[in-house]
Amino acid sequence: MIMTEKKPIEEIKESLKDSKKVFIIGCGTCATLSQTGGEEQVKEMAKLLSDKEIVGTLVPETPCDKRTLKRDLRPASASLKAADAILVLSCGAGIQTVVELTEKLALPGLNTKFIGMVEHIGKFYQRCLACGDCILDETGGICPITRCPKGLLNGPCAGHMNEKCEVDREKDCAWVLIYKRMKTLGQLDKFRAFRKPRNHQISTPPQQIVWSSAK
Amino acid sequence: MSFISSLEKSLQTSRFTITGELTPPKSASIEDVLDGARLIKNDVVATNVTDNPTSRVVMSTLATCHLIEKQTGLETIYQITCRDRNRLALQSDILAANALGIKNILVLTGDHITMGDHPEAKPVFDLDSVQLLWTIKRMQEEGVDLAGKKLKTPPKLFVGAAVNPGLNPIEPEIIRLEKKVEMGAKFAQSQCLYDPSVLEKFMDQISHLHIKILVGITPLLSAGMAKWMITNCPGVIIPEEMIKRLKEAEDKVKEGIKMIVEMVSEVATMKIAGIHVMVPERPDLVAETVRAIKASGVV
Repeated sequence: MIMTEKKPIEEIKESLKDSKKVFIIGCGTCATLSQTGGEEQVKEMAKLLSDKEIVGTLVPETPCDKRTLKRDLRPASASLKAADAILVLSCGAGIQTVVELTEKLALPGLNTKFIGMVEHIGKFYQRCLACGDCILDETGGICPITRCPKGLLNGPCAGHMNEKCEVDREKDCAWVLIYKRMKTLGQLDKFRAFRKPRNHQISTPPQQIVWSSAK
Repeated sequence: MSFISSLEKSLQTSRFTITGELTPPKSASIEDVLDGARLIKNDVVATNVTDNPTSRVVMSTLATCHLIEKQTGLETIYQITCRDRNRLALQSDILAANALGIKNILVLTGDHITMGDHPEAKPVFDLDSVQLLWTIKRMQEEGVDLAGKKLKTPPKLFVGAAVNPGLNPIEPEIIRLEKKVEMGAKFAQSQCLYDPSVLEKFMDQISHLHIKILVGITPLLSAGMAKWMITNCPGVIIPEEMIKRLKEAEDKVKEGIKMIVEMVSEVATMKIAGIHVMVPERPDLVAETVRAIKASGVV
């Protein structure tokens, strides 16, 4: 899941200051689940922007899917046309998909935070950095690239205390977690292995996946 | 037998080696740190020079090492961290270190950026300390950079690392030290030690490793400092008795140094190579501590 957070309303109002008519688009998938861009939050946003004319609202199922977004935007084309700006309550991918389908000014209502796990609503944890070369098979299923602030590959630094991280004493040291898990799994021999420096070339942005069959 | 540095020579041939530590100046002038270097010059074999310690800006370590050596004759141990430089910058600095006559290098991962006063800066950590040791090993032994390209003159540095015997769990730290030894670390300086039993246990656990251990020594200057270290410094274990003595002492600095002398006399019998004395921003206390240890005849 792509986790998002609401931008401060003052920041949104500032970005909309030259727009009178606003269309609000939410997200029926990730932002609905993290309660930042679902039906309810779109309604809430419309209320918060009471000084604007809200010309329409829409919560497409997956705003980051150009095919379904195009289909979902079609019935709203008249009100979209009337808008000075579109405020999008989705992750950055959703906003930029909107941008590719309209020539209107599209603005972010959320900050995109991370790819994460939902423990329950209100507790979201980053779990993947999309590095492009998964090593979870080598680290007991716990990602040090994501969960160690230094992204270390050869075990913990000497900064952990009470099994917590040097950077934030509330957070678990990823490498202590990895060590304990691999010990339980009987994989300490794997834990001992030297890991060479990462290849950052494979994650240099912008990344794309284009199947040869899809060209 | 020829040695790369006085530090290597001391570690191979002396019974007990003492190193010190200096912080580069937060200044565009080298003068302040030179006074410190002159102060400890006759007390230590070599001095570490830290690398933007606790993620705060000071003069470049490389330049500081060079100027200390050139202007005072004190040998330096060039601390290099992975926090502020990617693999290209690290390798070029290592070549420069050799060209500048620096002979010892201490490889560290480094404190995280957010520990210091530039928390918004981009943390690099392109390599970790084990990978940087591996890089130096390749540069020195194979004469190539990380791209496999030949170095006309490979560097020749005496390479060390850091270790923290007080961590819990300790096994990952031991495994990490094993990797460091495999990647060419010949000596390791430790986190500050106050409880000899911690070291005794640790030395047993690493008896299979060929590495010279220099035990980290920092005199406690007050009970407040001791409590701060227990809360904030990973792996630092301070016996309650020490805090009590500091509380009761009239001259706390003197008592702190006295307790260090007592502890060193105890750990000197273990299979350690010596001690590494650190007192941030107080080279005078580095000198005083070393002199007290030497005067006591424990080493």
